[in-house]
Order: sequence, then structure tokens, then C-alpha cells
Amino acid sequence: MERRQFIITMGAAALAGCGDSKSHSQAVYMLVDTSGTYALEIDKAQAIVNYLLGTLQSGDSLAVARVRSRSFSEKDIIAKATFDSRPSQANTQKRAFKDAIDSFTKTARGSAYTDITGGLIQGAMFLNETGAGRKTILIFSDMQEELDKSTVRDFPIDLKNIRVVAVNVVKLKTDNMDPRRYMGRLEEWQKRVELAGAAEWRVINDLEHLDRILRS
Amino acid sequence: MQTQIWMIVPGNAALSALIWFVIAMPFLYAARRPVHEFVRAFGHLAHAPLRLLARSLYAAAQSMRYRNREVLLAHGREETEQHIAREFERVAVLVKRDLEGYPALQQRLLAEITRVEDDYKKCGEVPPPPPEWVEAVEAVAKVKNGNELVQRVLDEINRAIKEIHERMLKEYRGAYEERHKILNGFMPFWRSLQQTLAQADRRVTSLNDRAGQIDAQMKKFEGIVNKTPDAEHALTVSAATQLAITTLVLAIATGGALINYKLIALPMSEMVGAGDYLTSSLRTSDVAALVIIFVEATMGLFLMETLRITHLFPRIHGLSDTVRRRLMFAAATLLITLAGIEAALALMRDMLIADKAALLQSLATVQQHAPAADGWMTKIPTAGQMLLGFILPFALAFVAVPLESFIASARTVLGSALVALTQGAALGMRLLATLVKSLTKLLITFYDIVIVLPLLVERLIRRGPKAAAFGVDDETLVPRRH
Repeated sequence: MERRQFIITMGAAALAGCGDSKSHSQAVYMLVDTSGTYALEIDKAQAIVNYLLGTLQSGDSLAVARVRSRSFSEKDIIAKATFDSRPSQANTQKRAFKDAIDSFTKTARGSAYTDITGGLIQGAMFLNETGAGRKTILIFSDMQEELDKSTVRDFPIDLKNIRVVAVNVVKLKTDNMDPRRYMGRLEEWQKRVELAGAAEWRVINDLEHLDRILRS
Repeated sequence: MQTQIWMIVPGNAALSALIWFVIAMPFLYAARRPVHEFVRAFGHLAHAPLRLLARSLYAAAQSMRYRNREVLLAHGREETEQHIAREFERVAVLVKRDLEGYPALQQRLLAEITRVEDDYKKCGEVPPPPPEWVEAVEAVAKVKNGNELVQRVLDEINRAIKEIHERMLKEYRGAYEERHKILNGFMPFWRSLQQTLAQADRRVTSLNDRAGQIDAQMKKFEGIVNKTPDAEHALTVSAATQLAITTLVLAIATGGALINYKLIALPMSEMVGAGDYLTSSLRTSDVAALVIIFVEATMGLFLMETLRITHLFPRIHGLSDTVRRRLMFAAATLLITLAGIEAALALMRDMLIADKAALLQSLATVQQHAPAADGWMTKIPTAGQMLLGFILPFALAFVAVPLESFIASARTVLGSALVALTQGAALGMRLLATLVKSLTKLLITFYDIVIVLPLLVERLIRRGPKAAAFGVDDETLVPRRH
């Protein structure tokens, strides 16, 4: 009898111990640059958000924020959601998210400066709060940061265990004149991001292969 | 430089080696006996355990074989007993059904035969009564005188005879006609008799067939009881065939279970959540779906047990009929409930997929036209899924039957395979032991070849030049006792 009880208890303990404490969800924070002429690319940003909505699963988190003159603010988050564990509820949330992004794209206005660093810090904070197992910051921008004189961003930032993916990094007129500027800009960002402890740095300009965004 | 230190003749490795060999030879000769002893002891060290291991493996194989045989025969005996009992039950049913009506059949046959006999008697030819006037004619014929009176009497008699003859002939024909009619009336009775007898013949033949089958089973049973090699072989072959068949059936059932799993895995995420993981790649919802399928299979197993179709749990068979029936109803109720849940989950799956498709369509950059709703046509897959969700649990319930056969036959086949494997290992050990022994002899001989020069010198000293010329060794002359 004791033996049987032991076996039952062991089985129950084994089952209880089976629970995987590691988080399998993923969180994506997308920064959308609306400064200057880049604001014209907003439709592409919408397509990327739609792709993310179609790909992310229940339990995953998504936030979309705009990059403005100063982006280190919760007010810049256009929409954010952690999708419900029930697929039907998650679908409802995704529809609401899409509506929010649609209305944003219709009303988006350009900004004078581009504070990508502030957006990165804000994004890192959001992602760390979600507790997701896999964290990604998407930067939909030309990666040309322009700050006003009073904005301070020249300090080390923390992007530990966060993947940073620059999407649709278009070439500026000056880049066309001297491609080294474009290369140098990307290299500089890569150095900065890697110095901040990011898990990965990636540039995706071909929007036909959006699956690479979430793939390691 | 370090590697060339051993060279006595610098730059000439072969010559250096030869010189070293010549120097070493007396030492090798001196160490001959200890080296021989060492090699023999070393060989013995490996040979003896290998032989022991081989013997143990053979013994283990024999023991396993004996146990397998006992289990196989016991299982075969039980199975044959059940077959024979079933055959007797069938015979009893046949006897009860067919031979129970035999008294009535016999009575009917007797009645028909009696009737036919009666009718036959009626058909008997009735000879016409002898005419009473024959004696009168004889008396008149004896009158000698040609009397006119006599002549008239004779004429009168002649007329009367003709008249009577015609009447008799008519009556005779009438009687014949009557008999023919009676005989004609025999036909249905004959047919009825023929049918009754054919029916009786069929029943007896059926019984005869059953008796033949019982004879065959009894022969098999006798073989098993007497533990004949033929019976054992037949049972082993039968087990291998059973294993192949049941494996195939179980593979099909596994396919069914997979389809079942696919049907309920997605909707289960709606119930238990899609974000929980048990292991790095195993979702809780997937496990929940699997658990439901396993519970269904278990309920099916209990149902089959309580119905006494399978015999996996002797405890269930030991229960009283009332308890067993209660268990059966409980298992059946749970199975039906689970089947209903599965049907509902299948419906939910369809709804979730449709919802997801609608969402993806709304997210698509290029908007696609939704397929036109086609009334009942679009509902067919949904209905099909629901039906499948309801039916599959019951289909899974029947897995218990092949599972039982699989377990029984796998035990026999795996047991035989294990015996063969053990015997093979024993043979391998034996071969290895022989190899070690031969290798020992080979090493000793090789050592002697290496120190052949000192040995020749020894021989010359011991026996003189004559014996040495024949190349006879001491050790070859005296048989070794090792």
C-alpha cells in the first residue's frame, strides 16, 4: 500500500515539476519614425504591423510607438497589447490593435527631430516589463538621428538580451552622393547597440522577407 | 636527436635493431619459461571467465526458453479452452435450436408416412369377386342331352355374363381411376417428406461440421497439453502473425488518434490557454488534448473489459456482475460524454479557424475576396469534423482488443527474440574464449620462433647434432599438460 502511495505521489510530483518556468512568449516593440520625408513610408510600417499581428501568438506582446523629437515617453506609444491566452480573445485584441494603427496612419504628422535613442530606451523598458522570453525592438526608420540641443542622449544605454532590427532603412539624398555615409551610419548604430548588450543587430530592407524579423 | 639515442650504429636503424635483437636474445631465452607461463596465465585469465559467461548465458537462454514455452503453452491452452468452450456453446445452441424440434419433426414424418401407407393400402387392387353362377354353368354344362331348355338357360347365362362383365369392367376401371387419383395425391406428401428430410440432413451436416471443428481444436489442445514441439511451433508462428496484424491495426489506430488530436488541440488552447508550456516545446493545451484522447482510450479499455471482450485486468473480471455492470455503464457514459465534448471542440476549432482566417484576411495588404457563402455546402466540413470528433473516441475504444493481442503476442515474440539474442551472445563468448586460447598458443609459438637460435643451440647441447638436424623440439616430443 505504501509503495502504491509512493508511486502516485512521485507521479504527481513529476507532473507538477514538469511545468516549464521559462517564458516562451515574445515581445516586440516597434518604433515608427515619422520625422521629415520618412513619414511618407508610413504605409510600409502599417504592413509590418499587420504582419506582426498575423504572426504573434497568444501570450505575446506588441507595442507600436512613434519616433518624434523626444521619444522617451509613454505618450508616444500608439498601441500596445499582450494577447490573451485564448485565441478568440487574442483575435479580438488584434482587430482593435489594427484599428488603432489604421487611425494613426491616417493622422500621422511629421516631427522636426528624430529621437531614436529615446525610443530605444522606452522600448527596452517596455520589453523588460513584459517578462517575455524573446524581446525584439523594430526600428522603422532611416536611422538618421537628429536631436535638438536640449535633448541629452549621449550616454550608454542598456539593451541586454534584446534583439534590435532596423527595418526599411532608406538611403538619404546625401547617402546617394556618398554611400559611405549610409554604411557608416549603420555601423555606428550596430556598434552602439552591441555595446548596449543587445542580443542581435540586424538590418532588413527587403520587406518581402518580413519573416526574418522574428527569426534568429 | 633524442629519438636516435638507441641507435648503436648511427644512421642505420636496421643494423642497430638487429644488434639490439642479438643482445636481447639470451635474455629472451632465459625468460622463456616465465614468459610462456605469463602468456598462458593471461590467456587463462580471459578464457575462463569468457567460458563461464558463455555457459551462464546458455543457461539463462535455456531458462528463458523454458519460461517462454510454459507461458506460451499456458496461453495457448487457455485460448484453445475458450475456443472449445465456444464451439460447444455453438453446438448447444444448434442442438437446442435444431434438434429440439426433432420429436415434432419425427411425429410429422410418422404422420406423413402413416398417411401415405393408408393411401397406399387404398390403392391395392381389389380382385373381382368370383361369379356365383360359375358353379351353375358347370352344372348345366354337365347335362348331356341337347335340351332346348338348357340351350335357353345357357343363352340367358351368356347374356347375363356379358352384362355382368361389362358392369364389372366399368367398376374395375372406376376403381383404378380412383386409385390413380389417390396416387396422384401422394405427390405433395412426398415433396413434404423430401423437404423435411433435406432439412434434417442440413442440420445434421452443420452439427457434423461443428463436431469436426471441435475435433481439430481438441487435437490442438491435446498437443498443447502434451507439450509437443509441433504445438509450440504452431503457437509461436501464430503469435508472430498476431503481432504483425495487431501492429498494423495499432498503427492505424495511432493514425486515428493523431487525427483526433489535431481536431481538439487548437480548441483546447481556448480552454486551458495557449501560452502555457510544460516543457520547452510542449504546450499545456497540446498535453490536455492528448490527455483527453488517452482518457477516451482508457474508458474504451474499461468498457471492453467490463463487456468481457478483453481480459487485461483480472480484477475487473473478478467483480460481481452488478458491480461490473455499473462500471460498464460508467465507462460508457464517460465515453459518450467525451465524444460529445470532442464534437463540440471540433465545432469550436472550425469557428476559431474561420475567425483566424477572417483576421488574416483583414490584415492582408492585398484584400482578397471572401469566397461566396454557398449555403449548406460550406457546412459540410463543419459537420464532418463534428461527426469525426464524435465517432473517433468510439473507434479508439476498440483499440483495447488489438492491444490485448499485441501484448500477448509481443511477449511471445520478444521472448523468443531475447532467447535467440542470449544464445547468440553465448556463442559469441564461446568463440571469443576459443580465440583467446588459440591466440595464447600462437603467442607462445611466436616467442619460440623469435628465440629460435638459442633454442637450436640448447638442442644441440642436449641431444647432439643428429637430433637437431631433424628439427625436433623438446616441447613437441613431450605433450603439454597445460
